[in-house]
Amino acid sequence: MPGTPLGSHLLLGQPAMTLSAPDVTSLAVANPGMLVQSIDWLAIAPPLIAALAAIGVLLADLFLPAGKKKALGRLTAGGLALALIALLPLARGNTRSTFCLRNVAGATDNPLCSYVADHFALVFQLLALGGALIAALLSVHTVDEERLPGGEYWFLLLSSAAGAALLPASRDLATLVIALEVASLPAFALVALRRDGRGAEAALKFFLSSVTATAVMLLGISFVYAATGSLHLAAVADGLGHAPAQLKPLAEAGAALTLVGFAFKVAAVPFHFWLPDTYTGAPVPVAGYLSVVGKAAGLSGLVLATTIAFRPYGHTWGLALAVLAALTMTAGNVAALRQRGNTAHSAVRLLAWSSIGQAGYLLVPLAAAGYAGTDQPIGATAAYALIYGVVNLGAFAVVAAVSRRAGSRLDDYAGLFARRRWTALAMAFFLLCLAGLPPGVVGLFGKVVVFRAAVDAGLGWLAVVMAVNVVIALYYYLLWTAKLFAPAERVVTDGRLPTPLAATLGVTAVVAAVLSVAPQLVLQVAGGSLF
Amino acid sequence: MNAVLIALLLLPLLGAAATLAPLGADPAAADRRALRLGTAVTGVVLLLTVVLATGFDRGAPSRMQAVTDLRWIPAIGVRFHLGVDGISLPLIVLTALLTFLCAAYSTKRLPDGEGTPSARSFTGLLLLLEVGMLATFAVLDLVLFFLAFEIVLIPMYFLIARWGNGQRVMSANRFILYTLLGSAVMLLGFLLVGTQAGTFDMTELAAAHGKGLSHTTQVIAALAILAGLAVKAPAWPLHSWLPDAHTSAPTVGSVLLAGVLLKMGTYGLVRVLLPIVPDGTATFAPYLGALAAVGIVYGSLACLALALPSPTADSGAKGDLKRLIAYSSVGHMGFVLLGIASLTPTGVNGALFANIAHGLITGLLFFLVGAVKDRYGTADLDTISGATGAALYGRAPRIGALLAFASVASLGLPGLAGFWGELLAMFGAFDPAAGLSRPAFVTYMVIAGLGTLLTAAYLLVVVRRVCMGDPKQPAVVAEIPDIRPYEAVSWTPLAALTVVAGLWPALLLSLSDPAVKHLLGGG
Repeated sequence: MPGTPLGSHLLLGQPAMTLSAPDVTSLAVANPGMLVQSIDWLAIAPPLIAALAAIGVLLADLFLPAGKKKALGRLTAGGLALALIALLPLARGNTRSTFCLRNVAGATDNPLCSYVADHFALVFQLLALGGALIAALLSVHTVDEERLPGGEYWFLLLSSAAGAALLPASRDLATLVIALEVASLPAFALVALRRDGRGAEAALKFFLSSVTATAVMLLGISFVYAATGSLHLAAVADGLGHAPAQLKPLAEAGAALTLVGFAFKVAAVPFHFWLPDTYTGAPVPVAGYLSVVGKAAGLSGLVLATTIAFRPYGHTWGLALAVLAALTMTAGNVAALRQRGNTAHSAVRLLAWSSIGQAGYLLVPLAAAGYAGTDQPIGATAAYALIYGVVNLGAFAVVAAVSRRAGSRLDDYAGLFARRRWTALAMAFFLLCLAGLPPGVVGLFGKVVVFRAAVDAGLGWLAVVMAVNVVIALYYYLLWTAKLFAPAERVVTDGRLPTPLAATLGVTAVVAAVLSVAPQLVLQVAGGSLF
Repeated sequence: MNAVLIALLLLPLLGAAATLAPLGADPAAADRRALRLGTAVTGVVLLLTVVLATGFDRGAPSRMQAVTDLRWIPAIGVRFHLGVDGISLPLIVLTALLTFLCAAYSTKRLPDGEGTPSARSFTGLLLLLEVGMLATFAVLDLVLFFLAFEIVLIPMYFLIARWGNGQRVMSANRFILYTLLGSAVMLLGFLLVGTQAGTFDMTELAAAHGKGLSHTTQVIAALAILAGLAVKAPAWPLHSWLPDAHTSAPTVGSVLLAGVLLKMGTYGLVRVLLPIVPDGTATFAPYLGALAAVGIVYGSLACLALALPSPTADSGAKGDLKRLIAYSSVGHMGFVLLGIASLTPTGVNGALFANIAHGLITGLLFFLVGAVKDRYGTADLDTISGATGAALYGRAPRIGALLAFASVASLGLPGLAGFWGELLAMFGAFDPAAGLSRPAFVTYMVIAGLGTLLTAAYLLVVVRRVCMGDPKQPAVVAEIPDIRPYEAVSWTPLAALTVVAGLWPALLLSLSDPAVKHLLGGG
């Protein structure tokens, strides 16, 4: 159908039905079979399996007797594992794309596809689904002990994971927004599941800030659509380059507003205030999930919007993101430094602030990409996000283990080594990975690739700011580490760790240790372009 | 030979991992086993370094030997590249020797006190520390060098923070924050060099001798790398973490800190800064020389202030002997930096020689001061010496004699190890490399010469106040036991090597000279 305006092919939210052509005449084509869209089921398998598992869990919850609700957790973990396995065939083959406006036989870089399973998408899907799987393992005993409603909990977790897995593969702004909402709406409910005042307050803060972000983003997207006539990212980039002069301010305002929306989602300064309260109010596994999967979702959306759609404005948003990254890491780390060990929930609060600091590091290669005008540095963000995901979930697993009996203040970690040797060693390892100090070699190399991206792009000042921040962060991570080995303040009798919790700890620690010996496994994503 | 070099790094790492394994139900027995394990592992490592040294082709010390070169992280171009030449070999042997002596010393005299963790943890950390120290001198890839540089931080932090005394946690924090800030900046310099030159391989970069790097790149990279290494060395005014760290550290911590960790900084200057960014180095050499000269005089004056009796009776522990030796390290490392700043083969050779000599002599001094502190319960010079002096000559003649020996070695008496390095460093400054301002460097040399006089002054004051005196005067501690067998075992090698290096400097210089000429010439 050449010659028809591109935008008219798209119904908001229904990328699968993009062939509802408005003019009847165009239907009179020689081969009507071409109009039936072929869907590449293999390409969309990872998010689809997660979504189907969510529905399956919801249904199973209705029919399972009360005593057997524990099976739901296993079902969830199984579904997520299956979704992860579905990534394997995609990783081997070529880039696959589906939901295209026009099927171009044999073309791999069709700019008008709504779903593309390229390396970037696969890496972030791995992060989203893998992070969700670890969070699910972590949740098994929490759901049990805190008497959270099982069916709802697992359904919400899976839905959110499906959204987070869809997001990095979506290539038009509408799918992007929908995926982002699918990822975040269930998360509000997850935060609120703990039926106490803190949970409700946390969820409300999270909800209000997130909805504001979405509203701002939608406004921005509508401006962009008005100025460029398309929602497909590649076409937007093209349209921005050729926009008529009187539409330029509109396009620029639209791009800025869209970025503001994404900045909310990754909790970049100054849109970060909701985060510490949300984390402390949520159940610990949900906080871990948000810190990794929620952040990955926002980040991948930001990457897609900036490096593909707004590529013509690269230098502008590159600089803006560089400033944002510097502010975010500094604010996060300084606030984390100010956490006192004897206040309630200080452990989760410190991890929350430090995750803001880490989000700052994650933005650095992105800024470098815009500044240098190439998408090469994005690999560094992906690699760092993967590393951060593993070790941060590991740290949350330890927090979940310790807060069962001892408490969730930093002071409750004093003498952990004497009580639980391996838990303490694992925590020390995770913290040193987060700090980026040997023996946490993988954390160190994660920082090295981020530094390299900044230095490469000529953002020397940002690299120096980050160096100072790494030292600040080291200080509070180290204080926590030292606490683990300090003499105990009081005697706490810990029971045996529940098996799922011990398994989570073991898996994350082993993965982090293996990656420390062979960093190439994860750093290969930083080796070249992901798109 | 490359298997030996790999085993050198692997063995302590495995040993450190083994201390995590259950060593028996009885904690006391497990501790004893762990300490014995530590001694055995460090002993084998020392033997391996001796094997490495005997297998080293002394005819070609400028060539990298025992080379291993494997791909490790192709994505960012990092290679697992190991090798030794005439510059790194003596430092590797020194590291293995000092670690072994510390491990042996610790089996009998483990630092104890309130809140001190088990000997197993101690052994594990000591072995991990050894991995990092040996790796720093053995690796030939910039990123790997940075990694090795960082490995030592965590073990040393815990050695100071948990086994130390006084303001130990604050000192340990100060140590790690200073070093980490320095090394983070250094990493930026490395990355700049690596991305501009397209490789992180130190031998390739040294062979290119700055080709392919613009002058601006070289200046920025040199500044960043210099800042990081100067913190470690330490160069005045970035030295202020050192006295605190030494004062708080346990004896073995001080020995390794002064004996090896400081050398990592100066080794980095010779191995990375001089050959890889020569133009940038030449730009900053005069400033480095000035800092070195100031450091020499500053260190000596600080020592002199600590050595002389406090004017007020109750001013607290101001004349701490460990602090004094720490400040003397600032002065001695000033000579090393001055030799390097001269950019001449003479000066750099002198610097490398002074490196080794300082490791031997200061290691011995810290052992001795630690022993004195054990016996008196304090290292405060005023308390120990009383009205007339502590009279160790009379009360513990062997310790007194060794202390006097180490002090005169430290002040640079000809015939002992301390002499040659400082002489050569000053000689290098007398005739600096072409392009450097001769008057400036001659001035530095004169200042350094003044520093040697001050050094002699404070060390002789220390000898007079600790070794001499009236043995009959009422002392803080009635009976001072003389040297114990384990102390003799751990101190004798250091004293013997001080004499050997002093009488036969060619032993070291013949190794380092060709390698230095190779690095400076770039050929």
